[in-house]
Amino acid sequence: MYAFDVETPSSVAEAVAALKDEEATALGGGQTLIPTLKQRLAAPEKLVSLSGIAEMKGISTDGGVLTIGGATPHVEVAAQGDFPALAALAGNIGDPAVRNRGTIGGSLANNDPSACYPSAVLGTGATIVTNTREIAADDYFQGMFTTALEDDEIITAVRFPIPKAASYQKFDQPASRFALVGVFVAKTADGVRVAVTGASEDGVFRWTEAEEALNKEFRSDALMDLDINAMNMIGDLHGTKEYRAHLVKVMTRRAINAIG
Amino acid sequence: MPADGGIGASTKRREDVRFLTGNGNYTDDINANGQAYVYFLRSEMAHAKINGIDTSDAEKMDGVIRIFTGEDFVEVGGVPCGWEVTDRFGNAMQEPRHPILAHGKARHVGDPICAIVAETLEQARDAAEAIELDLEELPAVIDMKSALAKDSPKVHDELESNLCYDWGFVEENRDAVDEAIKNAHHVTTLELRNNRLIANPMEPRVAIGMFDRTTDEHTLYTTSQNPHVIRLLMGAFVLGIPEHKLRVISPDVGGGFGTKIFHYAEEAFCTFAAKAVNRPVKWTCSRSEAFVSDAHGRDHVTKIELAMDKDGNFLALRTDTHANMGAYLSTFAPSVPTWLHGTLMAGNYKTPLIYVNVKAVFTNTVPVDAYRGAGRPEASFQLERVIDKAAHEMGIDPIELRRQNFITEFPYATPVAVEYDTGDYNATMDKMIEIADLAGFEKRAAESADNGKLRGIGVNCYIEACGIAPSNLVGQLGARAGLYESATVRVNATGSISVMTGSHSHGQGHETAFPQVIADMLGIDASQVDIVHGDTSKVPMGMGTYGSRSLAVGGSAMVRATEKIINKAKKIAAHLLEASEGDIELKDGQFTVAGTDKSVAWGDVTLAAYVPHNYPLEDLEPGLEETAFYDPANFTYPSGAYACEVEVDPETGKVTIERFSAADDFGNIVNPMIVDGQVHGGIGQGIGQALLEQAVYDDDGQLISGSYMDYAMPRADDVPFYTVDHSCQTPCTHNPLGVKGCGEAGAIGSPPAVVNAVVDALRRAGQDITHIDMPLTPSRVWQAMQS
Repeated sequence: MYAFDVETPSSVAEAVAALKDEEATALGGGQTLIPTLKQRLAAPEKLVSLSGIAEMKGISTDGGVLTIGGATPHVEVAAQGDFPALAALAGNIGDPAVRNRGTIGGSLANNDPSACYPSAVLGTGATIVTNTREIAADDYFQGMFTTALEDDEIITAVRFPIPKAASYQKFDQPASRFALVGVFVAKTADGVRVAVTGASEDGVFRWTEAEEALNKEFRSDALMDLDINAMNMIGDLHGTKEYRAHLVKVMTRRAINAIG
Repeated sequence: MPADGGIGASTKRREDVRFLTGNGNYTDDINANGQAYVYFLRSEMAHAKINGIDTSDAEKMDGVIRIFTGEDFVEVGGVPCGWEVTDRFGNAMQEPRHPILAHGKARHVGDPICAIVAETLEQARDAAEAIELDLEELPAVIDMKSALAKDSPKVHDELESNLCYDWGFVEENRDAVDEAIKNAHHVTTLELRNNRLIANPMEPRVAIGMFDRTTDEHTLYTTSQNPHVIRLLMGAFVLGIPEHKLRVISPDVGGGFGTKIFHYAEEAFCTFAAKAVNRPVKWTCSRSEAFVSDAHGRDHVTKIELAMDKDGNFLALRTDTHANMGAYLSTFAPSVPTWLHGTLMAGNYKTPLIYVNVKAVFTNTVPVDAYRGAGRPEASFQLERVIDKAAHEMGIDPIELRRQNFITEFPYATPVAVEYDTGDYNATMDKMIEIADLAGFEKRAAESADNGKLRGIGVNCYIEACGIAPSNLVGQLGARAGLYESATVRVNATGSISVMTGSHSHGQGHETAFPQVIADMLGIDASQVDIVHGDTSKVPMGMGTYGSRSLAVGGSAMVRATEKIINKAKKIAAHLLEASEGDIELKDGQFTVAGTDKSVAWGDVTLAAYVPHNYPLEDLEPGLEETAFYDPANFTYPSGAYACEVEVDPETGKVTIERFSAADDFGNIVNPMIVDGQVHGGIGQGIGQALLEQAVYDDDGQLISGSYMDYAMPRADDVPFYTVDHSCQTPCTHNPLGVKGCGEAGAIGSPPAVVNAVVDALRRAGQDITHIDMPLTPSRVWQAMQS
């Protein structure tokens, strides 16, 4: 990696101030950024570590809303019991080392098209809380590796409305074990939401046709006549566009069956 | 029960204490005073003309000591190839020069163009970015069949074509095989690809070159399976350094799997540069770099035809294979698709006529060479797959079809030039049927069906040839090396023993198993015996470890040396006991005069050898140290029968391995636990090949599975608990231990079992599928089910 400076602010305000520097980059758990630096594919002059900011850590539940600090590692999300589908999702990200270091804020800011968390955020209609504003999930994801975040904006927390029932079904890419396709299905106060990760060249997306069908009848058979367009799917070594489109349907059905 | 520590005991591996506590001494753990670091600037293009290299800015950068280019190596030799294959017309293979650093052209992604030696690795990398390469991209030669087209661009302009050789075996059988296939009752044909693999040992390659100006001595620390081979190849053919001025040391090595057999350009570079800059020069390969610089494995495209009579008796076998050599000939690359592949095409069967044609092809890809099994997995896979298909076409049970064609009388001379000394293929088949519980399969299949899964079973046999030998024969076949092994048994004054072996342990457990043999022979405790290996200045010239040869060849050398020790020790004991040498017996570490209670202990005899006060000095030299070189009379031929049970998820195409059973015949066994581990590891890699691993190039020659993000290594949850058995033992008839070798068996026997099982599962579900190419990824299996 190239040489760089590191700042370790202890408050959000300090972190935001440090990020005003144009050459500075925020560092979450480092599970993507550090390997990128090692490969010399990024050359920030300054890293601003968010992992020492107490106000960005921890999990709390209040009035049916689960709030997770942006610097909370996956291992802690996996251990909470108020939102079991999210715990299961977090407990199956990467390996123990990744789960001990990687953070929910880092994952969402990166918005890898195969990451797991974006599907839960979009699938529950969660709210991304930053140092300046609150962003609804439907407005936040803007294509692979692209989000509504401004340059010096930090995800301080994510607020999940705990759904009545939910399930995340992930089909592993055999090598990386990221989601080749992952589908998050939730029964929320505002109806059924279906969010798909791993599959699309546009990143995480809601499968609205499935939501409409499931709002009428919450059974896996309700998807029988639906077909998902393979055009915008990712096609690569691990699966064709058609295969991914097929898996979206299979994983959605499995999520529905898991919810029961 | 064998005594703990003797032959047959599952003694725990003593080396594991240091490995598991993080105290191994690997090459990267070694740092020399004043050490500099080298970073290789590698081609990002598969095929490019080098029009110019401007290092002027880079040379001025902080910490840069010197930058080398291909021009610096014009006067030295290229990386040599250790095996010359003669083609079917009697001509030598085409053998291009393999420069230490690319010169004129870069021929694969990863081909090193510049080497930057600097005070630190980061400074070397910084300087690499300041080098201006003027490269002119040329069309890449990737697909083997297109590479042989008349108008194909050439990987090596000085060669006639991209064809390395067109090999026929046995050429005299060609017409007879054609005739038999033309006239046969039934011919089963299968076209398949043996997927390209990357070995991925846990420890990447590392090299440290050192030079001592006061003595003119070079030292190379390197991650090699065979340091003497490196010394010979690099010293004699590349750098012109005589052996007494070149020491090669391979300390603890974290796995080799074949890819650390070969002499690599980086080793020669570090040795050369250490003298040129008068500093030790260290190179540590990164994992990303390993993907594009370690020799790859397999990569054969094959058409195989099996001719049968109406009863399913095998009449003739014909194969047509294209074997990828990559851009240059790696050390043993030409031998893999030929002598290590064609000679095994008889398998376990008495097919009377066999013809094997292999076209070896140069492409703009990383060189391909031996990987665990080396040629034998390729032979076994195509043969066992075509038999499986033939059984289906003929309506004969696959086990019965195999049995009816088994070789049952030994020794057996195959039509492909080898003679199997022993084996009992029905015994391993029976054992496999028992341990795999084939009788319970239908019940398990019904349970899978209840869970919405398709269950299938695949069985197959394999034969392998280990301990490639004898040297005079392999010399005739084109080997440029001998294939003996050496051992020096040094008995110390108080009776402990150091064994200097030419074999090299990089995970095999030699430090535990070899002492078991000596302890057994002498009747002393195994803890009294230590193994010394991996240093050309400490051990006699040896050929190293590959091809499951260490115990069969290296162990035999050790036995021969120990026999000499016993003979001499008996003479000393006879003197001490004032008895006739012929009356002396050695048992449990005591020399006894037969039929009396007069005895002398092992330690008293060894002390007398080195403190020869009471000693027959006029007849016998003092000391107790013997060396033996053992050159085997033949290969050994382990064999076995494997069964794999899979479940296929019909919705996703995902295959899970539910059961895997291996019944092997390895002849006699020294340490059953280590043998279990070897079989487990081999099956794990075989499952990796069958389900997960694939090195894939795009049309431009970019390696698209160039990291663990896309190259899928098998993990613990990809494999089942194995059932392995090696109680069927037909000892090898021509080595003193009666051992055959077990290192590669699992990797040879398992891929066809897995693929046979998946095809069986799909067939049982009514799918008309005869073959799916490896790896059987979910996507491929699903795709096959759609058509």
